[in-house]
Amino acid sequence: MADAPDGKKRANGLPDTKLLDDLEKGPWPSFVTEIKSAAKNSESARDLLGQLELSYEDRKSHWKHGGLVGVLGYGGGVIGRYSDVGEQFPNVAHFHTMRVNHPAAWFYTSDALRTICDVWERRGSGLTNMHGSTGDIILLGTTTDQLEPTFQELTHEGFDLGGSGSAVRTPSSCVGMARCEWACYDSMKLCYDLTMHYQDELHRPSFPYKFKFKFSACPNDCVASIARADMSVIGTWKDEIQIDEREVANYAAAGLDIAKDVCSHCPGKCMDWDGKKLSIENHDCVRCMHCMNVMPKALRPGKERGAVILLGAKAPILQGALLSSVLIPFVAADELFETIKELVSRIWDFWDEYGTNRERIGELIQRVGMPAFLDAIGLDPVPEMVSAPRDNPYIYYQTEKEGEQ
Amino acid sequence: MTTTALQPRLTDVGPPSYDKYLPPVVRKNYGQWKYHETIAPGVLCHVAESGDRLYTVRGGAPRLLSIETIRKFADLADKYCGGYLRFTSRNNIEFLLTEPANIEPLKRDLAAMGIPVGGTNNSISNIVHTQGWVHCHSAATDASGIVKSVMDALCEHFTHEDMPAKLRIALACCLNMCGAVHCSDIAILGVHRRPPKIQKELLPNVCEVPTLISSCPTGAIRPATWEGKPSVEVIEEQCMYCANCYTVCPAMPMSDAENDGLSIWVGGKVSNARSEPRFSKLAIPYLPNHPPRWPEVVEAVVKIVDVYSKHAHKYERVGEWIDRVGWPRFFELTGFPFTRYHIDDFKHAGLTFARSAHVRY
Repeated sequence: MADAPDGKKRANGLPDTKLLDDLEKGPWPSFVTEIKSAAKNSESARDLLGQLELSYEDRKSHWKHGGLVGVLGYGGGVIGRYSDVGEQFPNVAHFHTMRVNHPAAWFYTSDALRTICDVWERRGSGLTNMHGSTGDIILLGTTTDQLEPTFQELTHEGFDLGGSGSAVRTPSSCVGMARCEWACYDSMKLCYDLTMHYQDELHRPSFPYKFKFKFSACPNDCVASIARADMSVIGTWKDEIQIDEREVANYAAAGLDIAKDVCSHCPGKCMDWDGKKLSIENHDCVRCMHCMNVMPKALRPGKERGAVILLGAKAPILQGALLSSVLIPFVAADELFETIKELVSRIWDFWDEYGTNRERIGELIQRVGMPAFLDAIGLDPVPEMVSAPRDNPYIYYQTEKEGEQ
Repeated sequence: MTTTALQPRLTDVGPPSYDKYLPPVVRKNYGQWKYHETIAPGVLCHVAESGDRLYTVRGGAPRLLSIETIRKFADLADKYCGGYLRFTSRNNIEFLLTEPANIEPLKRDLAAMGIPVGGTNNSISNIVHTQGWVHCHSAATDASGIVKSVMDALCEHFTHEDMPAKLRIALACCLNMCGAVHCSDIAILGVHRRPPKIQKELLPNVCEVPTLISSCPTGAIRPATWEGKPSVEVIEEQCMYCANCYTVCPAMPMSDAENDGLSIWVGGKVSNARSEPRFSKLAIPYLPNHPPRWPEVVEAVVKIVDVYSKHAHKYERVGEWIDRVGWPRFFELTGFPFTRYHIDDFKHAGLTFARSAHVRY
């Protein structure tokens, strides 16, 4: 694989990538090897390699600001991408990303994966992200004329595009009931049902900004919903933690220091181990999951299961990062779909009316105040919504209406 | 290149149904799992009420995958587990087996492919990350190259469950933060450090001036005219380099090879276990962009991992460990300098001031 005389091209046609080649060494699997693998059959992957090497030399991105490209009838799902060195690398001059809505919890069969690979071999660079941060299958790089045919082939194979822009973004869920004993509601089914319900809002951006749903079936929050989703649905339970006393004894016999490793870490200080019996004051349990994470065979969530609904998380842009906060402390599992639909329609009505351009729902609540927001969506305040009542006396007292105290 | 359109044209079909690709053992035991055990790092066994067992073998992947590699994964799934596999929220790949005798042969085949097995429980799992120079216009740094360099240095902690608690690292190549970077045990964040360079000739053609002005969270962008056309000026001392103006207006590029770089944040989490979810806090305000291996970034992350794993108690996440020992001790143990940049001066800054006489000596 010696360098060609001009020093620019290798014998096998790959560009000279002195800097990137270093990233093929070491124990962790290499993305450079992946790009080279695709580059064997794809001119755009080959030029991507060349452009990326140039970025490594220049220490800057060589992608231009996105443009408006897409498929017929949709306003999203495709991210337009153009090179600022397109003359040097003509095969990535246009190199658009397609976001494809992943199956819930990223389950596949080998045939489903091969189907996607076959489409992308014919239609694009042969490079993917499995998966993008929001959850989509990312098909990395194709030209404008390939977008519509790729889309049609995908929909005929049972796949559809994901969200982009000021729309519902592709919802995602944890593995839930498919493989987890802690699932307090069916996160995969709820994610799928709501994704289907909001197809129009997902494909045709009509909001002030993006709206993300994420579904975690227990408070371990494996899809980081509380940090990333405008609406975070986190599974929990209302009744008593189920204890298998024999398994508790087995953990103790196997050397687990239950007092230290379990009870001392309990944030509700609601557990006691007297050397023989584990007792739990369930009223003081905050449903944190630590004890179950340590003793999965002995402790399980209660039987009255459902979810907490939280609202408003986002990354820093624009007014600072937010975590979602409690809106409804408990919704029973079988009422989640209907409750969320009703709640979301009220939230979106208010956001449509009052949200400014590129204002996430969390920022709108910061701007107008949570009490005004609750009034607008018709939800009564409850103490579970706050970590503490306000500590400042600047209260917007309202004029008492007739008949009220 | 286009071929005849497929008929009928289908839209709004949505994703495949949530249960379409589930393996038979999962269909049978859906919602009926009883408990799980760890067989080895990267190998889990879930046991159902029915007594059925599902074995998961988890491998680390680079996220950016060629179709050639995905097809190899598909072949392995056919060979060992009836064709059933999944990916995780941290870009790992999981093979879903019912036959325990297949675990070791699968691990050998993965090793031959260069795929490490691990990422479970108290290990360092895969790094959630963004596109970087591979495919993003607003990136202040590359993503994949830093992830590769950091994971090369930490791979032993992926394949061994040798941390006090789970340790989750994430990387975002700019403040837009595609991903939960801001709530990670260790977050690597690309930063700009110079104001946008206004492209005055281009601006009137591609940007809406009022939208551009309102995009600035600190009011640093003011209306101005340039050669009789509406334009803007930037009050540079008010700019904190968020690049939101560039997102709404391509004529405000932020990229600066000499001054862009990385910042390091620590102590965030999303799980509710023990302590509440929380943001990561600033550990290092700036490290230079040094491709292809980013040695300063790798050294800083390894330092945090080493100090944490040496000093934290069992089950303490990075933030919980720092809660116990205090931030002065964190800076002392890591040797990172504490600077004026560590003290918040944006909205709600006072919430992170020390408002007590609790001081450790």
